[in-house]
Amino acid sequence: MSNAFTAYLIFLGPLVVVLGFVIASMLQRRGAGVVEPGFFERNGAGLATFLILAVGFWALVMIVLPQLYLIDYSFHPKLPPSQRGGPRDIYTLANYRYFLFGSPNDTSQWNATHLNAFWITILVSMIITIANFAICYPLAYYMAQVARPKIVARLMLLLVVPYFINEILRAFAFLVMFGTGGLINDILVGLGLIHERIDFIGVDVALYAGLTYAYVLIMMFPLYNAIESLDRNQVEAARDLGAPWWHIHWFVVLPHAKPGVASGATLVFMLCAGALAAPLILGGPKTLWFTPIVYDRFFQAFNWPQGAAYALMLLAACMAFVLIVMRLFKVSLSEIAR
Amino acid sequence: MSADIDIDHVTIRFGDFVAVKDVSLKIAGGEFFSILGPSGCGKTTILRTVSGFLAPTAGTVRIGGKDMAGVGPNKRPTALIFQNLALFPLMSVAENIGYGLRVRGVPGKERRRKADELLSLVALPGSGDKRIGELSGGQKQRVAIARALAVEPQVLLLDEPLSALDLRLRQHMRTELRAIQKRVGVTFIYITHDQGEALTMSDRVAVMNHGVVEQVGDGHAVYDSPATPFVASFVGENNGVSGRISAVADGFAQIDTALGSLKGRAGAGLEPGAAATLFVRPERLRPAAEGIAAMVSATAFEGHLTHVGLSCADGHSLTMSLGRDIGAHALTPGAEVRIGYNPAEAIVLRQEAR
Ligand SMILES: Nc1ncnc2c1ncn2[C@@H]1O[C@H](COP(=O)(O)OP(=O)(O)OP(=O)(O)O)[C@@H](O)[C@H]1O
Ligand SMILES: [Mg+2]
Repeated sequence: MSNAFTAYLIFLGPLVVVLGFVIASMLQRRGAGVVEPGFFERNGAGLATFLILAVGFWALVMIVLPQLYLIDYSFHPKLPPSQRGGPRDIYTLANYRYFLFGSPNDTSQWNATHLNAFWITILVSMIITIANFAICYPLAYYMAQVARPKIVARLMLLLVVPYFINEILRAFAFLVMFGTGGLINDILVGLGLIHERIDFIGVDVALYAGLTYAYVLIMMFPLYNAIESLDRNQVEAARDLGAPWWHIHWFVVLPHAKPGVASGATLVFMLCAGALAAPLILGGPKTLWFTPIVYDRFFQAFNWPQGAAYALMLLAACMAFVLIVMRLFKVSLSEIAR
Repeated sequence: MSADIDIDHVTIRFGDFVAVKDVSLKIAGGEFFSILGPSGCGKTTILRTVSGFLAPTAGTVRIGGKDMAGVGPNKRPTALIFQNLALFPLMSVAENIGYGLRVRGVPGKERRRKADELLSLVALPGSGDKRIGELSGGQKQRVAIARALAVEPQVLLLDEPLSALDLRLRQHMRTELRAIQKRVGVTFIYITHDQGEALTMSDRVAVMNHGVVEQVGDGHAVYDSPATPFVASFVGENNGVSGRISAVADGFAQIDTALGSLKGRAGAGLEPGAAATLFVRPERLRPAAEGIAAMVSATAFEGHLTHVGLSCADGHSLTMSLGRDIGAHALTPGAEVRIGYNPAEAIVLRQEAR
């Protein structure tokens, strides 16, 4: 993309967004018989224009443009700066081919290391998401429907305080805890449950535990909010009609909390699949996690186009996965955002 | 099928606070029984105890002769209709009604048939596929009743189910509820703080105050022969004049008040010298040749009745309600009148020692 084009995009983009808003609101007004005060009437023309400009600018510059660059990048070969834009700077699928086959042009063999890491990342992220849900649901239900406000406040504090500590430090804490000479091994040996110390880090237990823990809050809050908005009488009504507890959860609480579950699960899954620090710190020597590989493409191999291709593959796979799951559970995007 | 309910010396505490104090009620099978009382007097608490969400601190609840201690709400032959109905908004009308049957493992077709049957019972035929959000207040009300009836409870407990409706709909639903109760023959315990509701619908009414049942009886008994000053002033409009008993004889009591010596039927436990209050209903007061001296302070025309505000000696005020056939138009503010009543239509009640 040329510089002039980019500059136009940056400054004209928001204007396009504003125009779009105005047109959309006019169309909607015409369609619906009821005339509600529009965005412009409610906020005043000046403020409304500013808001839309600011949001448009932010969305474009911070979100859309970098992704577009990344996409563009991923289809180019790796070239020294002097040759960029030159005759060798052509569009190519070489980076994607490398991801699949471990070589830019030979397609006889699969790139087993990277593909395995890719699938394992997605699979484990899924398991961690489910584990997070299993941990958070009872707690969220207890806090939202059963506990007194005082206890809820205390539990909230307990949940949040550990997150005051930096993510990296927390990962190191897990490293210490799960190490061969760490607290958990000490306890297990002390209790006589095991005789030989277990290498939790080598078998990735530390990593999975660390990842699970890292995203507990992110599952917790949407879930808590969703369950909290359920009228307590509905639970009692179900019980009064004879429902056993599991039936109430399955047919009354969960359907109500579905948007919260969906947004929590989406966030945890995406963040987990994209986690970098925890796998770097807690991963054992043989750990397969995809993000460190992407990182290596960028900063070890200095192959930015390939890194871009890898990052995009992960992004696309995650998005596809999330969309499929949402379709399966009949949740719409707007519900998640609610 | 309907079951009788025996609430036997039940006390319910929340910490130090006694919400229900030694209440005993016997409700017959198939009866429409109302509990009437001001907000916060413990009505919902009693209902939640009968349905099993609360365990009594002391006392026993028996349904159909069986002690309900330790029996959970999902195992009791009761169905509760909540103050806010608590319908399941994510389910259709038919699914709501069928929920209790689904819990019991009834297959889908059978549930649907039952739901349609109940919908015609509550005069909502053909709305099984509607969403809850598409229903009006009165329709929701009926769906809640149908949902509760679907599990064939022996007792239906209703917690002020009409309080959210507007006046016209409320009056309509009163007759409707009564008709439904007659049709299904289930015992109804109906909670309300609206005395009109209690009087029009019920076979019997219990009047509660501060966690205590003050009187149980049919509408006439509660209205015409209140047992306590609270019942007299809570059920319907009433004029109360306080004073001291001067004489009790032949079922009538003479009471010395600021408005002179007045006479009325004697309530229980009266003796000369005791503090007491004479109650006489506004519609029992009449202009008279001799009687209490009063001055008209205001009049309010309400169609079939005209309410006349009266100020009497010592700053006392009374209300008199006159029908159309009595010349209320002569009573303009400022007019001096004399007021009388038939002593058999007034009642003198002992002031509770508090
Ligand atoms: N779970 C509880 N913990 C503590 N106090 C409670 C609890 N439930 C009810 N109370 C108290 O018990 C008293 C009676 O409450 P209840 O809900 O039975 O009143 P009510 O007669 O149904 O009133 P309303 O007509 O307003 O619904 C109230 O003073 C209330 O504050
Ligand atoms: Mg109540």
